[in-house]
Order: sequence, then structure tokens, then C-alpha cells
Amino acid sequence: MTRAGLTALLSHWRRNPLQLFTLLAGLALATALWSGVQAINAQARASYEAAAATLGEGRFDQILPAAGQTIPQDTYVALRRAGWLVSPVTEGRLNHVRLVGLDPLTAPGDLGPVQVAKGDIAAFLSGRGQVYGNAETLDRLGEVANADAIIAPDMAPGTAITDIGFAQTLLDMPGQISRLIVAPAQPMNRPPLAEIATGLRLQAARSGTDLGRLTDSFHLNLTAFGLLAFAVGIFIVNGAIGLAFEQRRPVVRTLRALGMPLSRLVVLIAAELLAMALIAGIIGIALGYLIAATLLPDVAATLRGLYGADVSGTLQLRPAWWLSGLAIAVGGTVIAGAGALWRLARMPLLAAARPRAWAMAAGVGARWQGIGAMGLLIVAGILAMTAQSLAAGFALLACLLIGAALALPLTLGAILRFCAALARGPVAQWFWADTRQQLPGLSLALMALLLAMAANVGVSTMVSSFRLTFTAFLDQVLSSELYVTADSPEQAAALVAFLTPRVDAILPIQSVDQPLAGQPAEVFGARDHATYRTNWRFLDASPDAWDRLAAGDGVLINEQLSRRAGLAVGEPLQVGSEAFPILGIYGDYGNPIGQAILNEVPFARLYPDASPLRFGLRTERAAAVADALANDFGLPRDRMVDQAGIKAFSLSVFERTFTVTDALNILTLSVAGFAILMSLLTLAGMRLPQLAPVWALGLTRARLGRLELLRAVLLALLTTVLALPLGLALAWALLAVVNVAAFGWRLPMYLFPLDYLRLGGLAILAAALAALWPARKLARTPPAALLQVFSHER
Amino acid sequence: MLLDVRHITKTYPGADAPVPVLRGIDLTLDTGQSLALTGESGSGKSTLLHLIGGLDAPDDGQILLDGVDVAALDDPGRAALRRGTVGVVFQQFNLIPSLRVGDNIAFQARLAGRHDAPWAATLATRMGLADHLAKYPEQLSGGQQQRVAIARTLAARPKLVLADEPTGNLDEATAGVVLDLMLELVAETGAALMLVTHSQSLAARMGRRLHLRQGRLA
Repeated sequence: MTRAGLTALLSHWRRNPLQLFTLLAGLALATALWSGVQAINAQARASYEAAAATLGEGRFDQILPAAGQTIPQDTYVALRRAGWLVSPVTEGRLNHVRLVGLDPLTAPGDLGPVQVAKGDIAAFLSGRGQVYGNAETLDRLGEVANADAIIAPDMAPGTAITDIGFAQTLLDMPGQISRLIVAPAQPMNRPPLAEIATGLRLQAARSGTDLGRLTDSFHLNLTAFGLLAFAVGIFIVNGAIGLAFEQRRPVVRTLRALGMPLSRLVVLIAAELLAMALIAGIIGIALGYLIAATLLPDVAATLRGLYGADVSGTLQLRPAWWLSGLAIAVGGTVIAGAGALWRLARMPLLAAARPRAWAMAAGVGARWQGIGAMGLLIVAGILAMTAQSLAAGFALLACLLIGAALALPLTLGAILRFCAALARGPVAQWFWADTRQQLPGLSLALMALLLAMAANVGVSTMVSSFRLTFTAFLDQVLSSELYVTADSPEQAAALVAFLTPRVDAILPIQSVDQPLAGQPAEVFGARDHATYRTNWRFLDASPDAWDRLAAGDGVLINEQLSRRAGLAVGEPLQVGSEAFPILGIYGDYGNPIGQAILNEVPFARLYPDASPLRFGLRTERAAAVADALANDFGLPRDRMVDQAGIKAFSLSVFERTFTVTDALNILTLSVAGFAILMSLLTLAGMRLPQLAPVWALGLTRARLGRLELLRAVLLALLTTVLALPLGLALAWALLAVVNVAAFGWRLPMYLFPLDYLRLGGLAILAAALAALWPARKLARTPPAALLQVFSHER
Repeated sequence: MLLDVRHITKTYPGADAPVPVLRGIDLTLDTGQSLALTGESGSGKSTLLHLIGGLDAPDDGQILLDGVDVAALDDPGRAALRRGTVGVVFQQFNLIPSLRVGDNIAFQARLAGRHDAPWAATLATRMGLADHLAKYPEQLSGGQQQRVAIARTLAARPKLVLADEPTGNLDEATAGVVLDLMLELVAETGAALMLVTHSQSLAARMGRRLHLRQGRLA
């Protein structure tokens, strides 16, 4: 019985291959976009975790020298002798690879490289040296002084490790230590750090990885994009399943009439859906892998450029990833098919077959749909005013998008009714009325287009706002024409003396790590100069902020610190041993921790050990000054960075970010276009009885085809126009609610009309391309096929 | 002569071999005349009607309608003919479901560019549809829908009315009422009428009767 039932059910797909293709392709595309984005995220996160595991960053307390300096070997020896269980690390960059030298004998036992090196400590420590890294990193490093390159696939990308002595030789840092890792267990009676060495500071372990927090914003955006693309795909699947179920009603009715129990039928159909979900899931995962592999190099470059995060550009197939891909395919099918399966399970045996019932049901349920949409949009409005947490932010996004999608057919219906009332000619009148009648059948595809378009507008607005803000922010923080770094305080003093007659201004850059208001933070000491007054923009400030800062009568703080500690302008902030009133709050995008700026005088008073090694130089002759520094002063070129170079690099990074978002834009719009194509093709067969009378009354097939095309373009145009405010609302929710709750800073929102126009054009093009084939098909329908509508005999 | 059909043939592709449906038909019809076309299922009645109405093209032969060779017309030409010269009443009504009854009645006349509102209103009243003009076709009974289809055809004042089993979907009592109305109104407009039917009693009410058998006039 089961076999016979299954044969009857599956025969539907044999007769309707297009429907089967729609279902599988919709689900595969949805899975592909979702799993592609997840693959990128998983790869990046694995890289951050590998970095944390490899280098122990954030997991152990560390002893650090003053900014730009190193710890002498003697100080390390003194600390060990005094009982401090510390392990030295020397690091630097070689061939664009972060080379880390460590001592496996003293390093904490669970530090990644220690595990690696313990395989053969003797070889690791031997004079010839071993360098560990993943294949990509070792390739980049090239042949390093005849060392043995050992491939360690789990190593953090862009990082290689070796013995500290070998690293000091390679990096030309003899006897110098970059930092000391403090073992978790320490003797109770060891003397305080300050008694053994001055100028060093103990930095406590941080929970979580810095890179993880820094890049979360980027990954959150990608995930949101993936989720929306998945939702678009599920709309396609829902439509295909709904139609297939309605068309199979007669078969189901006959099977039941012939004695097959309803429960068996439901199980068979559920099994059929599960099989399809698995097939489509596998195809989707393969496509997702291709998408991820294509986009990963750009994403990796973006992350490296924006955040300094090294992400492997080679994708790995992780079981957790493809299993989750299959799970989401099955989950999506359950979401899309549950309603249809439920209706089938409750269908009376003698229910009439209604091939268009799925479309008509949309009309019957319009009232409830309207009430649901209104309710969700009201909740979204309330959340927009009150949401403070990340969960509330996501609830706002969900209510907004689902509410808007549900409201779309009703809104379009109202617009079409209005247009019909204005129509004068018979064809126009029929066109509008007929378009309204097509709405239920097209509404799922149009909802998919609405979501795709809104997602694109929202994410484009956010990314472009980020670019604009970040570019302006770069102008603010990179206002000097040239930046130089000295090796030591002595060289810094000589540098200042050399530069004073040659440049307009020398602006020291000095900072210390200092928790503020219970938050991890850094304090900067700034010189009073017009550069800051001209270029810096405050989010909020007292009117005389710069004058009071110059007088040492206050402090500026970044937005993150303000939001996290609940600090406002005018309130006092304890910095070290002194309290300062807050004079202004500035935007500080991409920085995960708090920041405060004092004038250099109170800064020197509070932190006498900190001496500036970096300087910003104001000059109109940056190239000449750089040449003089290199030729006359002898400062290596790698100690100088010109502002134009940094900005050009930053902008090139953004261009790669846009490559990623553009690709995702096109992919989601393609999915929506596919949804429209499949809906139109599905409807095409049912349209003949509606179009044949109009043809018989005197409209040519070509004209009917053109009107079909016009109808699709018009609906896409209306949907696109409606998607614009939705996309902007989405961008606002992401920028003003989700971003603030997640990262502590709020990006200003800018509008990009030309971008929206381009996106709208793409959406309409996708719809037109999707409608072209069905319209052409209609225009070429043989009269005999149209006549079949009228012919009951021949 | 309004209609002059000269030796037309039509063959449809079949599963195994081409199926000849019409094998050389000749007939004429003048303004104001009525003609019943009878025959068994598959004899080619509807095909002949479709060819005369410009819904399909013959393989061979000539159809002169109001002096125009329908067989020689291209697609737009045949569309213009359907709009302006002929009116077809289908068995399945084939109303436009998205338009209200009033708009359905006026539709073809407006397409032809000769919408006459008083005439449309008269037709609606005579057909007993005056109270249903704001409804959609699906809200009407079968008999009412067929009356809308007839009114739609006559509202355009075609020179030739082609009716393909116009009462085939109606019960006997309703069919009688609808047919009476149609004949009465066609006569008033002065149009010629060609009616395809299985019913001998219906055929008997037409001015002339032709019987088709296996694609030939018997």
C-alpha cells in the first residue's frame, strides 16, 4: 500500500518537473546563501580562536613595557629570580607575517605552540630552528634562514612561531622581549613588580578575544544578510509546496477513497518533503561552499584591513558547518511545509479539488493578514522607541520585516484599486483588475522581492554610512600629514629636536592602558593644537571644551565609554588619582574599549613613566620631511607612515567590503528574481483560461505578452518603492538599536539616493528578466492552445 | 454577402497521424440570416466557428467576412476582426472574472471603440441583469453568466454573432429563456447568427440548418 501510495504521490512531480525544480532550487538557494555566509563567519571565528589559542592573547595576565619599548633580557632574568613565573615572548613582523618567538620551557602548559613544540623540543630549540605555521603562512614567510618549516594546520592564520632566540635573530631584536606571559599560578611571597622593574605594567587577562569583539559587527551584518536571504528562499519553497499540495488534493482524495489511511498519507508526504530537503540541502551546501570560497578572500582582506584580523583565505569544510546547513534546509522545509501538511491532515475526504485554492485562501485570509501585519508593525514601533538590548533589537527587526511582508499584498491591492478607479480605457481597466486578481498568486514572490530589496537598502545604507563615517573619522584621527615612530625615548628627543625647525607642528601620541569607570580603557595625552580643534567632531560637548581641555581642566571620552559607564558631559570621571569633568564625547568607531583624552600636562603628571615615541607631524612638505628624516636623521622608512598612504589603504579595504556586499546584493536579488520567475511560470498554465477570452475579444497575443511583462515590472516597481522606506527603517534599526546594544557606539545614518536608484533598477531588471520568459511564452502560445479553453469538442 | 466560406480545410496534429477536421467546407450567410450548425462530437463544428471568428487560421480555402479574407489576415488583423466584426458567445461563458458584470458587458464594445452606454443599459435590463451590474461573475448563476456573455457580444453590435453551444451548460428551462432573449436581440441588431448546437429543437428555430459529418457538410 505504501509503495502504491508513494508512486501515486511522486507521479505528481514527474508531471510537474518545473514545480519540483522550483521547490528544490528555492530551498537550495536559501540554504546556499545562509550556509555560504555561515562558512565565512565560521572560518573567521575559527581564525580568531586559533589566534587566541596560539598566542594566549587575553587568556593570561601579561607584563608589558611602555608603549613602543621592549623589556630587556636582564629584567626578565631578575623577575624569574625574584620568583615571578613569567615566560618571555618576542614578536615582530617578517614578510607580512607575525613572527612570535617564545620559550616552550617556561610558557604555560596549555599555550598552543607549546603543545606543538613539545613534539620535539630539542629540534625546536636547536640552532637551526623550526618555524611553525599553517601552509598559507609559511608560504608567505618564504625560506627563513634555513629554518625547518613545520606545517601546523591549527595555527592562527598569518602567524608563525619559533624559538625566542631564533626570533630575536630573525627580527633583529637581540636581547629584547616584547612581553612576558604570567603563569596563572604564582608564588605567594613574590615581591611586587615595581620593586624589580620600573616602567612595566601588569595587564589583566581579558575574557573573550579582542578580535572576536572587534569583528562581531561585521559578522553580525553578514549573518543578518544570510538570514534575510534564507527567508527569501523559504518564501519560494512555501509557495511551491502550497501549490503542489493543492494540486495533489484530487490524488490525496482518491487515495483516501481507495482505503489509504490519512495518517499513512501524511507520513509519506512528510518523508517525501524530508528527502527533498536533504537533496536540496546538499546542493545548497555545495553552492554555499562555492559562494564562501569566492567571497572569502575579499572578506579576509576586509577583516585584515579594518581590524588587523588575520583570517585564513582558504576555506575548510567543517562538519559543524555542513551539518548546520542540512539542519537549516530541513528546518526551512518544515517551516514552509508545516501549514500545508496540517491543512492536508484536516482535509475532509470529500473536499473538492481546488487548483487555485491556495491563491484564493490568500484573499479569504486577507483580513486576518491585515490585522497580523498591523499588530506586528505596532509592536515594531513600540520596540523602536524602547528597545535597549540586542534581543529587543532583533525582535524589532523580525516584527518590522514580517509585518511589512504581510502588509505588502494588502497595500499593493489598495494601490491597484486606486489605479483601476482612474483607468479609462477598457484594456487599462481590465489590466488593473486582472493585476489585482493575480496578486494572491504572486504575493509570496513579491514578499520575497520586498525582503530582498529592503535587506539590500538596509545593509547598503549601513555599510555606506559606515564608510562615510569611517572616512570622516580617519580625517579626524589621521589629521597629521606624517607619522613617525622612534625606537627609544632618547631617539624620540633627538627626533623632536631634528624636526622642530622643519615642520609646522609636532604632535606627540602617547597613551597608557587604564581602566576607567570600571571599564577597560586607554588614556591619551594630547597637545593643544588647532589640528584637533579643526578636525575633531563631538557627539556632545560643552561649548568651551577645547579651551578647558587645553587648560587641563577636563577630559574627553569616547562614545563607548560614555554609553557603557552611563557618563554624560559635565559629569566627573576619575582618571588615575585625579577626577576630571567630562568636556566632550567623540565617536570612536571600531574601537572595542573605552578611551579618554587629557591634555599632555595632566597626562604627564598622572603617568610620568609614559613618554611619547610616536609623533604626528603637520607639514605641507611631507615627502621632503620624510626624505630628510631618512637621509639626514637616519630614521628607517618603515618608521614613517604618510597619511595619504593610510587613507588610500583604508579606502581600498572599503572597496573590498563593497565587493562582498555587492555580491550579496546581487545574489539576494537573483533569488527574488528567481521567485518571481517561478511564480509566473507556475501561474502561466492557470492564466490561459483568464487570458483566452480577452484574446478572443480582440487583443493580440503579442499585446497580451507585453501586458504580462508590464504587469510584472509594475508590481516589482511598486514593491521596490515600498521596500525603500522598509529598507531605511531596517538600516535605522541596525544602526540605532542593534549596533548600539551590541557594540556601544552608534553610527550616524546617511542616505544614498543614487545607490537606492541603482538597487531599484537591479530589482526591476530582475523582475523584468524573470517575466520575460513567461511573457514571451504567452505571446507565442499557439491559437490552438488558447482555443482549447473554449473547445469542448473538436 | 456577409459571409462566404470557400472550400476551407483544417487538420490538427494527432498523436500518431494528422487528424483532418474540416475537409472542404463551403457556405454563405447574409446579414439578418440565422444558421444552425449541427453534427456529432468531433465533426468540426466548433473548429469551423473558430475559423470564421478569426480565432484560428484554416490550412486552405477562403473565408470572406464583410469583404475581408479572414484566412489571409495576420494576427493583429484577426484581432481587429474579433473586436469589431464578430462576436462570439461561448458555452463556458468566458467572462472576465476580475471585472464586474457592468464592465464585462461593456468590455468588447469599448474595445471596438463603439461603446453605447444606453444600449448597454438596455441590454442589461432586457437580460435581467440590471440589479447585478456591480457584482463579479462568480457571484452569478450559470444562466445569469451566460446572459452577461450574450449581452457583452451584442453590446458591440457585431455584424456576425457566433454562438458555440450557448445553452449547453444550462438546464432546459433556463436554456429556453436565454435562447429566446438572444434570438430576439440578435434580430433587433440585424446581425447574422451562426449557432453551433447538438440540439435538434434548437436548430429548428434557426433560418437554415447545416449538418457536419466527419468534416464535410452533409
